[in-house]
Amino acid sequence: MPTHVLARMLVSGALTVLAGAVPLAAAAADAPVAGDPVHGKAVYAMCMYCHGIDVTRVGPMHRGLFGRTAGTLPGYAYSAAMKKAGAKGLVWNAKTLDAYLTNPQKVVPGTKMLFGGIADAKTRADLIAYLAEATAVTPKAEAAPQ
Amino acid sequence: MARLGLIIPERRAFLGKAGTLTLSAAAVALLSGNEALAAQGKTATSHDIEILNTALGAEHQAIAAYQVGAESGLLTKPVLGVAVKFQSDHKEHADLLSKTVKKLGGKPAMAMKPADYKFPTDQLKSEKDVLRFAAGLEKGAISAYLGAVPLFGNKDLAKAAASILGNESMHWALLLQALGEPADPVAFVS
Repeated sequence: MPTHVLARMLVSGALTVLAGAVPLAAAAADAPVAGDPVHGKAVYAMCMYCHGIDVTRVGPMHRGLFGRTAGTLPGYAYSAAMKKAGAKGLVWNAKTLDAYLTNPQKVVPGTKMLFGGIADAKTRADLIAYLAEATAVTPKAEAAPQ
Repeated sequence: MARLGLIIPERRAFLGKAGTLTLSAAAVALLSGNEALAAQGKTATSHDIEILNTALGAEHQAIAAYQVGAESGLLTKPVLGVAVKFQSDHKEHADLLSKTVKKLGGKPAMAMKPADYKFPTDQLKSEKDVLRFAAGLEKGAISAYLGAVPLFGNKDLAKAAASILGNESMHWALLLQALGEPADPVAFVS
């Protein structure tokens, strides 16, 4: 095989490998921070002023949160902004919760949730990890919060 | 259990002449806000009313929570007196917020039935449990008002909310002190 053809193949192969590595690197950078649900439960204590897992207080309950369209828990008087966000396709999952908990007003401008946000990514990850476990819909009722 | 070392003034010390309530300048501005705002050509937004009502709902909850604590039978006399005083503060907050919502043309949020708050009463076994419960609620109130203050389109409303935040912080600090914990645990509340 001519040398220049071989060289072209090698370069092409290297570029192919690099092209494959870039999305992986980007994915690693975007990969969610692993959360500690034990610490997340402690973080959730600040949420309990307005929320509960199985009780709606000032804010809606969180049972069944993951996969729920924003603004759709029956019986709760959501802000127009939150209902609109849900109508536009906002569904709660780890990614959308991470964005919302960073800056609620930025994700849903006009939300009536009185909370400035959690700046620390690890704290948010811990909280989300706890919520993922605690809010799962199970036949057994959630115990009263601590 | 640490004693509450602060002297709680008689309630009448907070009252002006003939039993009328002395309001802060912020509260006076707030209650007269409609006319003042109209004169300035500015109006509170519907979002302002929504935020006020969310805060009002939280105050109703705090009032109910302190009632649970007071009726628990777990509080010693001096602590019971402080709990009643703190509840009184929340009633004043609720009253001001309610009047302001009405003044701005909104309908004030109503309190829930006490049982609907589903407070963890089965976990309140001691005075310390009640104090810890109250401290958690006050910390939550601080976070809520901290989130609320920058949301108001009207600066008078923001100032009044900040004033209430200050009072919630006092509650939190005193409750922490009663629990034997540092009354000033952080330089910046969140």
